Amino acid sequence: MPTRAPDRAPRDLNQSATTGGVGDSPTRPDGSLKVKGEFAYSSDLFMDDMIWGATLRSPHPRALIHSIDVAAALKLPGVYAVLTHEDVPGHKFYGLDTRDQPVLAVGQVRHQGEPVALVAADHPETARRALKLIQVDYEVQEPVVDPRRAVFDPQCPLVHDDGNIVRHQPVRVGASPDDPAVRAQCAVVVSGEYEVGIQDQAFLGPESGLAIPAEDGGVDLYVATQWIHWDLLQIAPCLGLPEEKVRMTLSGVGGAFGGREDLSMEIHAAMLALRVGKPVKMVYNREESFFGHVHRHPALMTYTYGATAEGKLVFADVEIVLDGGGYASATPNVVGNAASLGVGPYVVPNIKIDAYGVYTNNPPCGAMRGFGAVQACFAYESMMDKLAAELGLDPVTIRQRNVVAQGDKLATGQVVEAPAPVAEMLDTLKALPMPAPADTSDLRNLPGSTANATHGEGVVRGVGYGIGVKNICFSEDFDDYSTARVRLELLGDTVGALVHTAAAEVGQGLITIEAQIARTELGVEQVSIHPADSSVGTAGSSSASRQSYMTGGAVKTACEAVRAAVFERIAQDHGRAYDDLSLAGGKIVSHAEGVIGTLEEVLAAGPIEQTREYHHHRTQRMDPFTGQGNSHTQLAFAVHRAVVDVDVELGLIKVVALDLVQDVGKIMNRLSLEGQLHGGSAQGLGLAVMEEIQVRDGKVRNPSFTDYLIPTILDMPPMRMEILENADPRAPYGLRGAGEPPTLSSTPAIAAAIRDATGLDLRRVPIRPEDLTEGRTDA
Amino acid sequence: MDFLRPATWAEALTARAERPDAVPIAGGTDVMVELNFDRRRPGALLDLNRIPALRQWTRDPDGTIRLGASVPYARIIDELRTDLPGLAMASRTVGSPQIRNRGGVGGNLGAASPAGDTHPVLVATDAVIEVESAERGVRAIPATEFYLGVKRNAMAADELIKAVLLAPAKGPQQFSKIGTRNAMVIAVCSFAVALDVAARKVGAGIGSAAPTPRRPFEAELFAADALPWDSRADLDPRIATRFGELVAAAAAPIDDVRGTAAYRRHALSVMGRRTLTWAWREHQSSQSCQSSKELT
Ligand SMILES: Cc1cc2nc3c(=O)[nH]c(=O)nc-3n(C[C@H](O)[C@H](O)[C@H](O)COP(=O)(O)OP(=O)(O)OC[C@H]3O[C@@H](n4cnc5c(N)ncnc54)[C@H](O)[C@@H]3O)c2cc1C
Repeated sequence: MPTRAPDRAPRDLNQSATTGGVGDSPTRPDGSLKVKGEFAYSSDLFMDDMIWGATLRSPHPRALIHSIDVAAALKLPGVYAVLTHEDVPGHKFYGLDTRDQPVLAVGQVRHQGEPVALVAADHPETARRALKLIQVDYEVQEPVVDPRRAVFDPQCPLVHDDGNIVRHQPVRVGASPDDPAVRAQCAVVVSGEYEVGIQDQAFLGPESGLAIPAEDGGVDLYVATQWIHWDLLQIAPCLGLPEEKVRMTLSGVGGAFGGREDLSMEIHAAMLALRVGKPVKMVYNREESFFGHVHRHPALMTYTYGATAEGKLVFADVEIVLDGGGYASATPNVVGNAASLGVGPYVVPNIKIDAYGVYTNNPPCGAMRGFGAVQACFAYESMMDKLAAELGLDPVTIRQRNVVAQGDKLATGQVVEAPAPVAEMLDTLKALPMPAPADTSDLRNLPGSTANATHGEGVVRGVGYGIGVKNICFSEDFDDYSTARVRLELLGDTVGALVHTAAAEVGQGLITIEAQIARTELGVEQVSIHPADSSVGTAGSSSASRQSYMTGGAVKTACEAVRAAVFERIAQDHGRAYDDLSLAGGKIVSHAEGVIGTLEEVLAAGPIEQTREYHHHRTQRMDPFTGQGNSHTQLAFAVHRAVVDVDVELGLIKVVALDLVQDVGKIMNRLSLEGQLHGGSAQGLGLAVMEEIQVRDGKVRNPSFTDYLIPTILDMPPMRMEILENADPRAPYGLRGAGEPPTLSSTPAIAAAIRDATGLDLRRVPIRPEDLTEGRTDA
Repeated sequence: MDFLRPATWAEALTARAERPDAVPIAGGTDVMVELNFDRRRPGALLDLNRIPALRQWTRDPDGTIRLGASVPYARIIDELRTDLPGLAMASRTVGSPQIRNRGGVGGNLGAASPAGDTHPVLVATDAVIEVESAERGVRAIPATEFYLGVKRNAMAADELIKAVLLAPAKGPQQFSKIGTRNAMVIAVCSFAVALDVAARKVGAGIGSAAPTPRRPFEAELFAADALPWDSRADLDPRIATRFGELVAAAAAPIDDVRGTAAYRRHALSVMGRRTLTWAWREHQSSQSCQSSKELT
């Protein structure tokens, strides 16, 4: 147990609401705290005797390190320690799946911003001064920056000794696209080259946390993460400690979106704390944060499709190159998604896909909302529009002629087992009312808004559609199970339930849903949520839209076990068996005999606590040569229609409508769900028209919110949404993960609407003003 | 770092002279960003927020508006939109409501960023910057001479900006800015135009398309000559287009993270054309309003 807890450490969160089961929309317990600025984020942790850690980072994307001289930094008054890779107590490398990433650079750096040394000092300012005194002797090398070269050019320098390709995943179905017999079936063949820039998660709470050295030689870590136990598996070996001596508590998470799947300051703060014997706090600033986490993989994608005159797809020939940057991170899984979903939710009889993830010296990329699927979706949806245009078909029609339905097969051969009424979803979407023409009397309705760029001149409206399919939960034979401990007890004279999991609430509303499930399953009102920590079993990651499914499933299962124990007690007390009991309103109810007891009575004998794991059904690895296999746990579908006003002379954009139809299986909490769908759509909008980490020669040019732009309320329109509930029989309550699918479909829908307005063949997102005005002569 | 808080203008000038290592701070919306990112660690901050005169605007006997250096943008928008429509429009595009509540023109001038939104208006309307030092007293610097380079201005080390002197609008004014987001965005480029109806003159200013704000003199002279002042007829679109071309020709933009030089030039030509057209249309309708008023 920790010797001391810091100020503003997480506590049990009592739900502000006492009613609201599955399907209701109780308010979230962290909601009003966040709105009022009272919520304790990991950057708010505090201890009187804590000192501050800081990180020296490489200014070069690729360089050898000949020496590091820390003498001058150590002499600075107020400095407690300066550490390099030589001070790493255990393993010097870690990584999500591939342990290729040094805790601190060993002899070389592979990306700009790579951590090289650490300082602990009495004040953040002192620590920063000390960083400047560390002398690193770099031998700068020419960075590898072209991902295609990393795949195809045997002369390309190696970023890691074992080759530049992190994963190559082919998919092969039917005959080769080059087969003359296949070509003979095609009335049209269209090709496109597509590119996706580097998007950032742009969470508002930068990387931060506190490490407290413990008396047993271990460390207590208070950090903001997405998966406590996976962190632990990486942290403990690097610290040279057994896992039980590294105790982790989730602190307030200021957004994640995938950017907290990889470690950032955790091992560093723990190393400093163990070395100095004092609590060490680390907080990145905004600029450092851009170097402190992985981003969305940029992608280069080449597509060729053949189709019949009716618009039925005959073949797809696809190459996708994803740039993972200096370290592997989630690249293998990103490649798996891009390959398995490379042609999206369409039935294609002949497929050749080659998806590659590579090492370069560009910024490291890994997990971000919808990974792999987002990049592919922009390309395959652009291709569907291209095909529609070539055949003179409507974009909705071409999609409906090819889209999967229940019982159809994906490119991997996996059968879509749950309901998949995507064609009908498109009908619903198309029938939604169109927005009125822009009211030009208010500049805020026009592209450029109050910047007064147009009063309506040059403004053309366009409409576009997009469909996304996302795999929910981890894929490819990964058993990403979740654990929940539920305790039912008397608190004075009321009955309360305490739910304890290690699942990360990252803002998505999970803890609200955990309480709703407990209320529904146990028939109680008072539910508290224990802080997420490593004293309970793993919950898996808050990613892949999986926590409602997996931790929701674990909480449900644990509640069922608690309920069974309650029934057992009452059966024992009454000396007889019942087979028709339920819990409601704190009472034990027999279907035949009515109320037979109360929870108070049953719990007078002591609390009931049960811990349960929840595992989803097993999936398979993709075949390394054909990509075939039932690789995905669940599939979720979203369809967007974007209506966009484009100032075609200035290239400025106003998204007027971004309407959505999504199937979520079961609406667990409509308010939270709508927030996820809005947010996911907005993140897709950002990728479509503004969000990009710009890189030149491996260096980031815009590591700030001044120049890395994310949508504001004037960029994001109000959304019309139709949310469907076609249950997936294998999932708890029939639910489907919901957070990612809208991020996929909104980007291509907006891009299609801009193409519709401008007539341009836009092949890259984000779309910049100059992409729309290049070559225009309408001065 | 010392925090100096003069209570009067005289004290502020003395402190400025005595502490060359002090950085003045008004709204702090530029200064605090620099401090947070550790780009600057001055020996002292010279806080100007206790000096009421800097937060006031007054009207001189000749009508000139004397805008205190720290009058926040939000008040310029609310209180001066009729007298200074161009400046109010530019103010409306600065940052977010929070920034507009804190920041002001003095800070924009002090920072002298090429992307500052008020600069094109100040040069287009012949504004004068009033600076003062304890030793040499007041000095009036025309806006066109104030900007010396990227983040460099004509203030001496011991001077502070006291006020900006602006004539009430002598005709329609317009300001237009390009940003790649619909709010809270630094200008890719910007443009201001001001008609002086009585003098039949046109002032213009280009922002964020050269190291300093620029006046496109050729464009101004062309428009002054070509506008149908006598007939108040509709503007021949070819005149507006030519004006836009001359505006673009006067710029010296670069490629950077916010946009390409070619785009900036193109956008300036469109903004020049559109803003002149709007200004002229406003001129026509205000004239017709006046004459219809005279009739009733
Ligand atoms: C989120 C954000 C968005 C922004 N958006 C925009 C935008 O859209 N457009 C834009 O133009 N700017 C923008 N800015 C920059 C800034 O808000 C403006 O430049 C503003 O005008 C600065 O005014 P201030 O009073 O806050 O200046 P301060 O930060 O207090 O000072 C700025 C500079 O002026 C000097 N200074 C201030 N007053 C005086 C004086 N009386 N005498 C001498 N020197 C003085 C200071 O020493 C400093 O060098 C933005 C800033 C932020 C943080």
